[in-house]
Amino acid sequence: MGIVKHTITNRPSTDALVVGFVAVVGGALLLDLLARFAAIEIPLLWGITFGGQTTLASFASLLWSGIVVGLIFGLAGIGLSMTYSILNFANFSHGDLLTTGAFTGWGAALLVAGWGLADVGYLLTVRAGSGPGPTEIGASIVSAPLAVAIGALVAASLTVAVALAIDRTVYKPMRDRGGIALLIASIGVALILRYVIQFIYGSRNRGITSTEGVRRDVLGVSVNLHDLTLVIIAVSLMVAMHLLLQRTKLGKAMRAMADNKDLALVTGIPTERVVQATWVLGAGLAGISGYLYVLERGTAEFNIGWFLLLFIFAAVILGGIGSIYGAIAGGLVIGLVHEVSLIWIPSDFNAAAAFAIMILVLLYRPEGIFAGVSTA
Amino acid sequence: MSEPDISAEETDGRAAATDEANVEPESAGAPADTPLRVANLRKTFGGIVAVDDASFAVEAGSLTGLIGPNGAGKSTTFNCITGAHKPDSGRVEFQGERITGLRPDQIANRGLVRTFQIARSLEEMTVLENLMLAPKGQIGETLWRSVVPGARGKVVAQEEELRERVWETLEFFEIDHLAGQTAGSLSGGQRKLLEMARAMMTEPDMLLLDEPLAGVNPTLEHKLLARIHDLQDEGYTFLLVEHDMDVIMQHCERVIVMHQGSVLAEGEPSVIRNDERVIEAYLGEDV
Amino acid sequence: MTGESGSGPESGGDPPGDGSIRAVFADMFGRIERSDVLIVATAMVAVYTLFMIFVLLRLGITTGTPNAIASAWRELTFLFAAYAMLALALNLHWGYTGLFNIGVAGFMAVGVYTMALLSTSPDAVSGQGLGLPLPIGVIGGMIAAALVGLVAAVPALRVRADYFAIVTLGLSEIIRLSLNSRTLSDWTRDRFGFATGGGSGIDLPARPTDALFDTAAGEALIDLFVVRIGGEEVTLVAASVIRRFTWALVMLGIMIGFYWLLRRIGYSPFGRVLKSIREDELVAQSLGKDTRIFKIKVFMLGCALMGLGGILWQGSQGFVSPDSFRPIVTFYVFVAVIIGGSGSNTGSVVGALFFVSLLFLAPRRIGGIVDARLDLIDAPGTFAGAADPLVSVFNAEPMLAYTIDNISALQFILLGIVLILIVQNRPDGIMGHRTETAAAVDLNRPNRGEEDE
Repeated sequence: MGIVKHTITNRPSTDALVVGFVAVVGGALLLDLLARFAAIEIPLLWGITFGGQTTLASFASLLWSGIVVGLIFGLAGIGLSMTYSILNFANFSHGDLLTTGAFTGWGAALLVAGWGLADVGYLLTVRAGSGPGPTEIGASIVSAPLAVAIGALVAASLTVAVALAIDRTVYKPMRDRGGIALLIASIGVALILRYVIQFIYGSRNRGITSTEGVRRDVLGVSVNLHDLTLVIIAVSLMVAMHLLLQRTKLGKAMRAMADNKDLALVTGIPTERVVQATWVLGAGLAGISGYLYVLERGTAEFNIGWFLLLFIFAAVILGGIGSIYGAIAGGLVIGLVHEVSLIWIPSDFNAAAAFAIMILVLLYRPEGIFAGVSTA
Repeated sequence: MSEPDISAEETDGRAAATDEANVEPESAGAPADTPLRVANLRKTFGGIVAVDDASFAVEAGSLTGLIGPNGAGKSTTFNCITGAHKPDSGRVEFQGERITGLRPDQIANRGLVRTFQIARSLEEMTVLENLMLAPKGQIGETLWRSVVPGARGKVVAQEEELRERVWETLEFFEIDHLAGQTAGSLSGGQRKLLEMARAMMTEPDMLLLDEPLAGVNPTLEHKLLARIHDLQDEGYTFLLVEHDMDVIMQHCERVIVMHQGSVLAEGEPSVIRNDERVIEAYLGEDV
Repeated sequence: MTGESGSGPESGGDPPGDGSIRAVFADMFGRIERSDVLIVATAMVAVYTLFMIFVLLRLGITTGTPNAIASAWRELTFLFAAYAMLALALNLHWGYTGLFNIGVAGFMAVGVYTMALLSTSPDAVSGQGLGLPLPIGVIGGMIAAALVGLVAAVPALRVRADYFAIVTLGLSEIIRLSLNSRTLSDWTRDRFGFATGGGSGIDLPARPTDALFDTAAGEALIDLFVVRIGGEEVTLVAASVIRRFTWALVMLGIMIGFYWLLRRIGYSPFGRVLKSIREDELVAQSLGKDTRIFKIKVFMLGCALMGLGGILWQGSQGFVSPDSFRPIVTFYVFVAVIIGGSGSNTGSVVGALFFVSLLFLAPRRIGGIVDARLDLIDAPGTFAGAADPLVSVFNAEPMLAYTIDNISALQFILLGIVLILIVQNRPDGIMGHRTETAAAVDLNRPNRGEEDE
C-alpha cells in the first residue's frame, strides 16, 4: 500500500468527532425507524416529521435488496481492490469489465436458451435489433439453468481474456509509471471498452432474462430465485477467494505483493505472474458480477458497469483498499445504505448518499472503516 | 498536546541549559548562545519508540554533528524539530521560543531551515527557479499582486533584486553554470549543493543538514564542506546529521551521539572518540 | 545559460514604474513569445482550412456553401473557446499545482445552475429563477463554484492524488444527481421561489450579444452577408449563424482573457510556489511556504474559472439540463490538457483546439462526407446484420455503412486510444517539454558578460 502523505493532523480528535457524529446520526435514525414501525409521526420543522409509517415487511424487503446489490458491489469490489493494491492504481475501467462480462455472458446464455428460436447473431448480440422477446427465449434459472450456468462461465472467461489483452497492450509497458498515469490510461481503456460494446451490441436498454415462474415460496417466504442464485454464487465465490488467498502459495504471494511490492521482488516472488493472476481473478469476478447483476435486474445497456463504478469504488474505499474482506463488507454497507436509505430520502438521492459516505470515509478515514480488524 | 513537565528529573550536564529555558520559556532574554534546544523529545510510531527522551542543545555559531548507529533516531529527531513529524511529547525551542508542533513552514519562517537526506530538488523546475522560490517575504506570492497590472511593478522590482542575490549565491556555491538546467538533470552531489544554496536563499539563522555528504563525490564533498565553513565564519549555526564518522570528527566542534532514541553522549570530538559508551554502541552494531 | 525560448515574459531591461506606453503595455501583457503566437496561429489556420475542406468535400460549391462553412467555423470556434477555457482552468489545478481534479463538470454545473437560478425569469417554462440581472447571475455563479471548491478543498487537499480524484468525481456526481432531483426542485420552488427543474432542465437567459441584432448596426451586419447574384437575393450566411458566431467570438475573446490571467499567474512568484507544490510539497513547506493557503486559493480560483467557462458554454444555449454535466465532459477537458501537455498554458489552448477539431468534430464530419459521397446502402440496424455479409460473402459495404452510422461510438474509441497512446509515449503532450520559467522577470544573468563562466 502506498503511504498516505498527509501533513500533521490530529487524528485522535477528528476520529472521536467522526465517531460521535456517526453515533448521533445512527441513533437518531434508529429511533426514527422504531417510531415508524410503531406508526408514530411527530411533525418537526419545514414539513419534516419524526417517525412515520414503515411496515416491517417493506423494511425487510429493502434489507434483502440491499444485501443482493451489496453482494454485487462486494464481488466486483474484490477485483478492484486487488488491482488497486497490487498494481497500485485506481482502475477506472473496472466497471466496463462488468459490462463486458454481462454482454458476453448473456450472449452465450441466450444462444443456448434460445437456440433455434432466432438467428445466432440476434442471440449473441443480446437481442440487438428485432426478434423474439425475453419471455419467448426463456433465459431464466427455472427454464434454462444450463444456459445460465454456461453464460456465467463465458462471462468470466471472456472478461479475463479481455483484461489480459488490455494488460499486455496498455498497462504492461507502463509498469514503472506512477498511479496517476495508469489511472489516465484506464480512463482510455474504459472509453474503448464501453464504446466497443456499444458498437457491437447497440445502445438500446433491453430486457434479457425471463422472469416467468422465478418467484417461488421457499420455506414459507416468497423469494426471487434469480436473487437467490446471485446470493449463492456470490457467497461461494467469496469463500473460494478467501481459501485461495489464505491457503495457496499464489494467494500468499499476492498478499505479499499488495503489502510491499519491492520486498516481494527482492524475495523472489514472480511479480509478473502475480500481476497476471491478479487480472485473472479480478476480471473473472468482475465479469461474473456484471453477469449476475443483469440476472437480478433483468435488463442491460452498454453503460451499466460505468454507472456501478463509483459504487464499487465506494465499497472498496469503505472497506480499506487492499482488503478483500473489506471490499465485501464495504459492498454490503453501500448496498444497504443505497436501499435502506430510501426510508428517509427520496429515491433520486440515495445514490448521492452512497457517494457522500464514500467521500467522508476517504477524507476522514482513508484506511477504511474496518482497518485493523482484518487484513488480506 | 499535553505539556510535559521538563523541570523535574534532569540528570546530567544538559540540565543547566534546559532548566534556564524552562523558567522563562518565551522571554526575550533567552540565551543567545544556544539557539536550538531540544528537551525530552519523544516520538513513537505504532508501538515502536523512535525517539525516547532526547535532550540536547546547539551552540550559536557552531558546527554541531549528530551521529549514531542506524535506527538511533537521528532522522526522526530532525523531522520532529522541523515539524515534519509531530512529537508525542517534549519540547523544541528555537531562539528562546517554543516551536514544538508548529508546521514546517512556520518553523522555516522563524529561521530554522533544513535540507533532506535524499536531496529533494524540485525536479522539473530549473536551478534558477529553485533558488528564486526560496526567499521569504516575496510580495508576488500574493495572488492579486501577481496579477493586477498596477501592483505588478513592485513584484517585478523585487524579482530583479532577488535575481541579483540568486546569481551571487549560485556563484558562491559554484553552480552558476547549471543555472538554466532543470534540477532533475543534476547529479546527486550537484543536487546537494543546490539544496544548500536554496536553503541559504531563505536567509536562515540556522541550518539543519540531513546527511549533506551522502552520495557526494570527494571533490564536491570538499567543496561543500568548504562552503559550510565559510558560512560558519559568517556566523551561521549548523546542525548536521552525518553517517561518516571521520567527517564529523574532523569538522565539527561539538558532537551529539544518539543511540536507541536517546542522547548517549555530547561533547567535543576528542572526548566522544574515547567515550566507552559510544564505542560500545557502535561496536554493538558492528560498524 | 542555455537559450531556452520560454523564459520570463518581461525583459529585464524595462525599469518598473516607467510611465511610457511601452512599459505599461509590457506590464499588462508581458512579452508573449513570438513562437507561441505562431504555434497557435498556425494550428488555427490549419484546422479552419481543414474544416473548410470538409464542407467543400461534402457539398461542393453551391450557394449554400458559404453558410455551411460559416456554420462549421462557428461550431469549431464555439467549442474551441469553451474547451480552451476549461483546459486552462484545469491546467491551473493539475498542470501547475498537481491537484488532480476530475470533477470539472460538477464545478461547471454549479456555475451554470447558480447563474440560472439567479437570472432566469420567474415564469420560465422549465425551472424557475429569481430574474435578477445577468451580471449578478454570472458573478454569483463564479462565486458559488469557488465556494463549493472551498468546501471541497479544505478537507480534501491533504489526501493522496488518487483519492482526491475519486473525491472530486464523487462530488461532481453528487452535484449532478442533486440537480437532477425532482424532489429538490419542487422543494426549493415551494420554499424559495426558484427551482432547477430536475431532469427536465432549466431555461436560461438569452445571450447578451443577441440584443445587438435588434439594433440598426446588427441588422446592417446581417445585411452584409446578403448579396445579389443575377438579380436574385442570396443569403450567404444566415442570420442565426451570424448571431451565434458573434457569441463564439466573444467567447474566444474571454478565452484570451483566461490565457492572459493564467499566464500572468504562471510567470510570477505565486506560480513558482504552485509549481513547487506540484513537485514536492514538503520542500515548499520547508522553505517556509504555507502550502495550504496556496492550494485553497488556487483551487477556488480554478473552480470559479470552471464555473465561468461553464456559464459561457452550457449557459449560453437558452436551456441546460443535468445531462450536460456528465463525467465524460471532465474527461474531454483532461484529454485537451494532456494533448497540449499539462503545465503549459499555450499547450492547453493548442490541446483544446486539436481535441475539438480532430477528435471531437472531425469524425462526424468525415462520416458525413462518406455518407454523402459514397452513396452507401442503408445501414443495417445491428452489428450482427453488418457482420453477417462480411463473414459469409465478404461484402464489406454493410459493415462500412454500419460504421458510418455509428461513428459516434468510434469517436469515443478513438479518444480512448489517443489517450492511452499519449500517456504511454508522450506523457508531456505537445508542449509540456518546454520550460515556462516561473518568474516575473527574465532570470538570465543581468548585465554581465559571458566571460565569468
